[in-house]
Amino acid sequence: MKLIDEFRDPALAQQLVESIRGVATRRWTIMEVCGGQTHGLLRHGIDEELRDVVELLHGPGCPVCVTPTTVIDHAIELALRPGVLLTTFGDMLRVPGKHRSLMQAQAEGANIQMVYSPLDAVKLAQELPSTQVVFFAVGFETTAPATAIAVSQAEALDLPNFSVLTAHVRVEPAMEAIAQAEDCRVNGFLAAGHVCTITGYEQYHKLAQRYRMPIVVTGFEPIDLLVGIYRCLQLLEQGSFDVVNAYTRSVRPAGNLAAQEILQQVFVVADQPWRGLGEVPLGGLILASKFRGFDAVDRFALERTTVAVEDECQSGAVMSGRIRPTQCPHFGSRCTPQSPLGAPMVSTEGACSAYYRYSNLVPLNTSPAS
Amino acid sequence: MNPGPTWHCPTNTGVGSDRVSLLHGEGGRGSRDFLRQQIAARFPQINATFADAVHLPNVPGRLAFTTDSFVVSPLFFPGGDIGKLAIIGTANDLAVSGAKPRWLSLSLIIEEGFSIKVLEQVLDSIATTAEWVGVQVVTGDTKVVPVGCADGLFINTSGIGECIPGFVSNANTLVPGDALLVSGPIAQHGLAVLATRERFQMHSPLVSDCGSLWPAVQTLIDAQIPCKALRDATRGGIAAVLHEWATDCGHSLCVEQNQFPMTAEVRGLSELLGIDPLFVANEGTMLVAVPEVYVEPALTALRSVPISQNAARVGRVEPKSIVPVSVRRTLSRPVPLDEPMGALLPRIC
Repeated sequence: MKLIDEFRDPALAQQLVESIRGVATRRWTIMEVCGGQTHGLLRHGIDEELRDVVELLHGPGCPVCVTPTTVIDHAIELALRPGVLLTTFGDMLRVPGKHRSLMQAQAEGANIQMVYSPLDAVKLAQELPSTQVVFFAVGFETTAPATAIAVSQAEALDLPNFSVLTAHVRVEPAMEAIAQAEDCRVNGFLAAGHVCTITGYEQYHKLAQRYRMPIVVTGFEPIDLLVGIYRCLQLLEQGSFDVVNAYTRSVRPAGNLAAQEILQQVFVVADQPWRGLGEVPLGGLILASKFRGFDAVDRFALERTTVAVEDECQSGAVMSGRIRPTQCPHFGSRCTPQSPLGAPMVSTEGACSAYYRYSNLVPLNTSPAS
Repeated sequence: MNPGPTWHCPTNTGVGSDRVSLLHGEGGRGSRDFLRQQIAARFPQINATFADAVHLPNVPGRLAFTTDSFVVSPLFFPGGDIGKLAIIGTANDLAVSGAKPRWLSLSLIIEEGFSIKVLEQVLDSIATTAEWVGVQVVTGDTKVVPVGCADGLFINTSGIGECIPGFVSNANTLVPGDALLVSGPIAQHGLAVLATRERFQMHSPLVSDCGSLWPAVQTLIDAQIPCKALRDATRGGIAAVLHEWATDCGHSLCVEQNQFPMTAEVRGLSELLGIDPLFVANEGTMLVAVPEVYVEPALTALRSVPISQNAARVGRVEPKSIVPVSVRRTLSRPVPLDEPMGALLPRIC
C-alpha cells in the first residue's frame, strides 16, 4: 500500500539501523515527544534494537494522559445530567478520573457517545434540538483546529444546545518545561510530526538554541522514526543545535496556515494545568471571548480547573523522562490496563501502555499481580 | 383521579400491521399466525404442528453441539446481515471443531415495533444461508419484548454437527515447530460493520468475510491433513485465538505481521483509525495449526476452495518464553502481541 509499505521496508530499516550504529560514538539520550511515536518505536522493536546506542525517553505528547482528572470528572458529571449528551473521542473513554472512567460512568447510565470528529457532535446537536450536546475536546494542536471549526460552525448555525468542554494543550511549552528542568537528561528531541504539520517548526529554532539541543521533526512509521533518530544523532555528533525536518511529506516550515488561522480565531493561548506535569505556562488553549458562550464550564456552572490534582500515578515523572514506565513501582502490579492508576496505562498513546503491550517485562496473558 | 401507570393495548399494532407487536410473542392465535406465516413458510423442517421438541434422525458417530447469540449493530452490512451471521457463526463453530453442521435452532428476541418487512428480509437471509451452508433449521422460538428492552433484533442459534471420525481440533497438542496458517484475508468483518455503523464514506466499500468455513475444513479432511487445531477468529480476532492457543499448549506462538493476507481497504481503514487488524473480528476466517511437513499440502488444499483461496502461512509454535505471543513487524525482532481487551477504540490523532 502506497505511503505505508515504503515506510515499513525491512531492508531499508536494517540499513538505517546500521547507519545509526555507524554515526554514534557514544550513547545519546533522545526524547520522542509524541505518544504515537512511542508506540511506533516499541511496536516495531526499535527501542530494543538500538538500546546500546540511544536511550529513548518518552515525552509528554499524549493528550489523553495530560488531561486533568478534574476535567474528566466534569465530563462524567455532565454526562450524568438529564438532558445532556456528552460526546468525545474513543481514546478518552477508558481514562480514569478521580473515581471512575467515562466508560464506567456509561455503565451507570451516563449519556455518552463516541464520535470520530467534533463536527459529528455539531450534527448531533442539530438532530437533537432538545438535548444539550457537549463535545469533550482534548488533544494538541493536531485536533484543536477541528474543535475550532466545530465551534465556529455552531456559532454560524446559532446552535443553543452545543458546547465544548476543552482541555486542548500546546506541545511547545511542554517541551520547554522539560528542557529547562535542572535534572533534564534529554540531549535532543524528536518533535511530533503531526503537531508540526499544523504549527510548522520555525518556532523551534529559538528553543533548540536556548537549550542547546537539536530538534528533528519526525513521523510515525518505522522508517520515519529511524530516519529521525539518525538525523538527531548526526546533529548531536556534530555538536549542532539545529532544527531539521525529517517528515517532509507532511510538514512545511510554516505549517498549515489555514488551521492556524481558525485556531487564532476561536482560541486564545493560556496557562493550563497538565495532569502529571502541573501548571504549564501558556500550555493550553481556551475559547476566545467571542466564543465563550460555547464553553461548557460556563454554561453548566462548573468549577474551572486551575490546578491538576496529584494522584498516585507517576505520569509526570514518566512524561518528563525522569523515569521509564517500568521504573514506576506500580507498573504491572497495581497499575495495569484493566485497572489503571492513571491515563498513560490505558491511552493508545500512553507510554506505560506501550511498555505493557510491547515489552517483554510483563507476561501478557497471566495476571501480573499474581 | 390517579390515571395509574401508562399502559397501552398490545393489539393496537396487532397481527397484520407492518410492525411486530407484543401480541406476536405471547402465545395464542397471534403467535401461531405469526409463526406459520413467517417461520414455517421459510423453514419446512420445523415441525408443522410446532411440537415442543424435534426428533432428529440417528447418525453413526459422535455429535458436536454449540450455541451462540448475535447482537450486531447495524443489522445489515456489506457482505451480510444478522440473519446470515446467525447461521454462519454457529455453523463455523461446528466446522472448526471438525463437525459437519447439520441442525440448527433459531431463537428470535424482537423489540416491539420492529419492522415486519425488515424481519422478513432477515428471515429470508437465514433461510438462504442455511440452504447454502447445508444445515436445517429444525426448531426455534420467538419472543417479543417491550420497546427499549432490546436493540431491534437479537438472535440465538444452537447447532448440532456430525463429528468426522479421527478429526480432533485440540490446541493442547501443539508443539514447537508446528506451523500456523490463516485461511484468508483478516479483519474484514469487524471493519465492515464499524464502517457501516459509523457511516464512513469510502470509495471502495469494506465487505465482511461472513461465510461458511465448512468447505475449507472439508478440503483439509479430504486431503488427510493431520490438523492439530482449528479456530475461527471471531471476536478479538487473530490475537485472541493466538493467546488462547498459547495458554492451552503452554508454548509461545510467533507470527509475521506482513504474512497475513489483507485487503487494501482493511489496511487503509485500520491505519487511519490506529486499529491493529490482528485484533479485529472475522466471520469466515480461521487459524489452522499443522505439523511443519504438512504446510504445503494444507495450503494447496485450502487454496482449492473459494472461502480459503488466499490461505497463507503466518507463523509457528516456538519453545515457551516469557512472552506467550509475539509478532515480527518491520525489524526481525519479535515484539509481544498483547491479548485483546474490550472494544477497540480509535485513537485521537
